[in-house]
Amino acid sequence: MSATTAAVPRSAGINRRALGLSIFYFFLAAVIMLVFVSGTSPDAQTIFVLNLGTAPIVTLPEVAVPSTMTMTLMAAVCAFCGAMQLTRAVGAKWAILLTIAMIAFISAFLTWAAAEKSMNLVGVFQTTLFRAVPITFGAFSGVLCERAGVVNIAIEGMLLSGAFASAVVASVTASPWLGVIAAVIVGGLLAWVLAILAIRYVVNQIIAGTVINLFAAGMTNFLYSRVLAGNPDLNVPPRLGPISIPILSDLPIVGPILFAGNFFVYAVFVLVVVIHFALFHTRYGLRVRSVGEHPRAADTVGINVNFTRYRNVVLGGMVAGLGGAYFTIGSTGSFEQEMTAGRGFIGLAAMIFGGWTPVGAFLASLVFGFADALQSRLSILGSAVPSEFLLMVPYIVTIIVVAGLVGRVRMPEADGTPYVKE
Amino acid sequence: MSDQPRPPEGLEPPLPAAEPAAPEPTVEPEPEVSEAVPTAAGEPSRRGAGLLRRLLVPALSVFTALVFGAFIIVLSDPDLLALWTSDPLAAIGESLAAVGDAYAALFTGALGSPQAYLDAFASGDIDQIIAAFNPISESLLAATPLIFTGLSVALGFRAGLFNIGGEGQFYLGAMFAGFVGFSFLGLPWFIHLPLAVAVGFLGGALWGFIPGFLKARTGAHEVIVTIMLNYVAYRLLDWVLRESWYQRPGRSDPISSPVEPTAVLPPIIEGLRVHWGFVLALLAAAFVSWLLFRSTLGFEFRAVGLNPSAARYAGMNISRTLILTMAICGGLAGLAGATEILGVSKVVSPGISPGYGFDGIAVALLGGSSPIGVVLSAILFGVLRAGATPMQSATGIPIDLVVVIQALVIMFVAAPRLIREIYRIRVPETTGTEIMAQGWKS
Repeated sequence: MSATTAAVPRSAGINRRALGLSIFYFFLAAVIMLVFVSGTSPDAQTIFVLNLGTAPIVTLPEVAVPSTMTMTLMAAVCAFCGAMQLTRAVGAKWAILLTIAMIAFISAFLTWAAAEKSMNLVGVFQTTLFRAVPITFGAFSGVLCERAGVVNIAIEGMLLSGAFASAVVASVTASPWLGVIAAVIVGGLLAWVLAILAIRYVVNQIIAGTVINLFAAGMTNFLYSRVLAGNPDLNVPPRLGPISIPILSDLPIVGPILFAGNFFVYAVFVLVVVIHFALFHTRYGLRVRSVGEHPRAADTVGINVNFTRYRNVVLGGMVAGLGGAYFTIGSTGSFEQEMTAGRGFIGLAAMIFGGWTPVGAFLASLVFGFADALQSRLSILGSAVPSEFLLMVPYIVTIIVVAGLVGRVRMPEADGTPYVKE
Repeated sequence: MSDQPRPPEGLEPPLPAAEPAAPEPTVEPEPEVSEAVPTAAGEPSRRGAGLLRRLLVPALSVFTALVFGAFIIVLSDPDLLALWTSDPLAAIGESLAAVGDAYAALFTGALGSPQAYLDAFASGDIDQIIAAFNPISESLLAATPLIFTGLSVALGFRAGLFNIGGEGQFYLGAMFAGFVGFSFLGLPWFIHLPLAVAVGFLGGALWGFIPGFLKARTGAHEVIVTIMLNYVAYRLLDWVLRESWYQRPGRSDPISSPVEPTAVLPPIIEGLRVHWGFVLALLAAAFVSWLLFRSTLGFEFRAVGLNPSAARYAGMNISRTLILTMAICGGLAGLAGATEILGVSKVVSPGISPGYGFDGIAVALLGGSSPIGVVLSAILFGVLRAGATPMQSATGIPIDLVVVIQALVIMFVAAPRLIREIYRIRVPETTGTEIMAQGWKS
């Protein structure tokens, strides 16, 4: 008895959230039953294809599931999560329930969208990863800058400039690697300007970022019209094609997804590990985080606050520039005006959703990449869901997260605050 | 509306008991155009000299940005670059000529050439005179949405909010106003047109209300929320333009039906494209000026912007102020969308805004967040935009140069120290934006 009475006054707010989540899960279950199940014929089948590529070692059979039964099962899972959330003291484990409910809902959604058709799941996941790559680079750029306390909303501009620089340099030198290097340098230069404006001239960092975005968009458009349009041979960069890792890439399911990407895909894998390790397990990372959390304290113990910030912002810009190269020499080849199309802002969203951590940012980018991949897949399948709503997912998820409606993320304490010595 | 001004005491109501909790910026009664913050450095602002000094940074910023633009013109021309290596002396002349041609084309394209005016007046033909004023009409036309979005950002700055969502609010305003414009049939114009404009305001206000509400209730930073809402708005427009109740019947491309003639904003002078939306923009500027400096509500906006804790201590309702400010900011940007649809394009289609929301930030910064300043700087940017197209057709220099120049203008205005270091002069350190929230923190 004493346990319950102690718990009630402490968690009045949490209970309201638990109630909200519970209602949300029941709502998902209701959507599955009322929209998905009732809109599908009872004996429909959904076929999931699990093979991709020409000659895998093992050819997996196609999985055919009865559509309505699968969806009903998933609805039951969602309802179960709702019941758990309502009746048990779930506490900190709410995130697990949320994940289970979301996976169940997405499974039901896929089953419904591909009912009486077939969907290549491996293909969807492969596209997910490809779509997530530029977003991840952008998000890492944000993590590096903001962990040191400098807000970077110029990711979009850095991606765009990186894409432009890599296309031109790779075309001129006929070397994709020089293109990559050029993109990294240009991204770093733009970030250096951002750092100077934000740190030396104490310009509001959002304005500084806006300046860089406008400048990058204006400059690449200008140079595209003035130089590239008249000299098409400056815009035919060689591409970095896929590198299949022997044996691993022949594994069923994971092989084509993880081990048949190009340089940029592997660079993302490496960067997740490197940035995570550097930020959380090295002296460098401790310093960076201390500068981002409490610059005065960092200064007191002898850390050069502004130098640390300059260094991290430039590093962040280089990562974003690298991500920009993906748009040209990593995928389509030639540069087009404003080809990044807001990916930098999705990267920003992924960084926030991922709680300012590299691993979180990567996972968030995968979620957003999944929404993007699903959107393009569904518009091919001719689904009843307007694809525009799937494209809104990253933005709406981010708004929900920053509003703390599900669980609040914590940003670096001194993020966006210039440090002026006293 | 609760924004009734206090009985006319002449001065604004004093802020009771603000002093104890307000360490640095003290709120004092201010005249119409005033600096946002008394300078921290303690520079006394004398009124007469003060105006000139305040114009110094914006003027030098524009000038410096144009100089940078000149370098970009020269450096992006392969022929000129080749000349620089072979014959530097000739190259100087050629470069100056190239830059001169470009800017001459830009400004005559935007303002008209003196010769054209003289010829038109000499001919005495009314049609020719009107035609001579076409460049100015185009500039004012381009300035119209910028006045609205500039006011939107400036009002936010005054209340300590950074409205970076003008773009999305523009889209919502356009979407709503367009819908009323083409779907309500048979209304007389004096009902239809105001209704369409008002609904456009509401659309933008809705898109501004969301970040305001979330900030007030949950502390979600308005910059993040407004950025995200911009993209939601793009997708929303893409979606409605494919829905049967919005898309033009019989068309497969994303386009709406044309706005009914009764909802069209007519041109101010027949034969020129500048429409009554421009007058509406000037009225909006007057309204914002009144709101900020003559109404109780505006006083609360500014008090919250200068020092939220002092405002709270004085009994002001911060949540209400935040929500109202963002909603009005959104509504102003929504009016930009409404007037563009009802006055210019007369049809809703994707890509209706070439970045008016972001240009609003430049306009508000250059205008020092004052309504008069916003109008003047919007006209300046309107001149640049309107002149860019004639410049491109006359000299082949892409119109995107103007975007670069705009970016540089924002940079210099936001970093007055940069101007001071370039010209080695004393300039005021304030830019009118210090009051807004830094970074992500609320």
